[in-house]
Amino acid sequence: MSEEIKVDLELDLKGLLCPLPMVKVSQNIKNIPVGGIIKATATDPGSLADIPSWARTTGNEVVKTEKEGKDIIFYVKRLK
Amino acid sequence: MSEEKRRELTMVVFSGDMDKLMAAFLIATGAAASDMEVTMFFTFYGLRALKKKNVRTGKSFFGKMMGMMEGGDISKASPSKYSMGGMGRWIFNKMMGAKNVQSLEELRKMAIDLGVNLYGCQMTMDVFEIPREKMIDEVKDVVGVAFMLEHSKDSFSTLFI
Repeated sequence: MSEEIKVDLELDLKGLLCPLPMVKVSQNIKNIPVGGIIKATATDPGSLADIPSWARTTGNEVVKTEKEGKDIIFYVKRLK
Repeated sequence: MSEEKRRELTMVVFSGDMDKLMAAFLIATGAAASDMEVTMFFTFYGLRALKKKNVRTGKSFFGKMMGMMEGGDISKASPSKYSMGGMGRWIFNKMMGAKNVQSLEELRKMAIDLGVNLYGCQMTMDVFEIPREKMIDEVKDVVGVAFMLEHSKDSFSTLFI
């Protein structure tokens, strides 16, 4: 499934609680080019709502969300 | 950051309670991470959050007494409930550590790293006899209510914590 998306940066956010998952994504998205994608793996169920909210607020995009057991995997595209 | 005008959030931090400071810094870091400009204005008991470690404040008798009662920097803040003479803080820190939640000090550091602007209230610093030198270097400036209101006027929201 995930092979179709070209990932520029992978982030391990497992075990981190609010606000760290969104903070780490926001800090790291500056390190990839516009149009690039971060694959972020979190375990905090709160991030399911938080990462998409963060993306809407900042004008970026969650292109795909997957769940694998306890892992929640976000593919976040940098739009600006 | 982005070239467009950033949205601003103003926060008046009045409380020096551990849990309320935690909420304040959590919202501030979240907002800063969401590309918002954040102004935190610390007044009254909230000034604790700006104090350096291990400093004694107060010049007059009452000022010294206040410094003792308020006692210490951000790491010495007690929760607003279940304070239990310092036990509450210890228990809270243990529980948060077990869940990988950052300490108040770490949260403050993260807020600073993300560009959150910290300001001290001149009037309460005078009343409590807390000079600028006894505050952390990251405090941007010492200001008054007009400064806070100017930022509040330009903000989409202003919180009083």
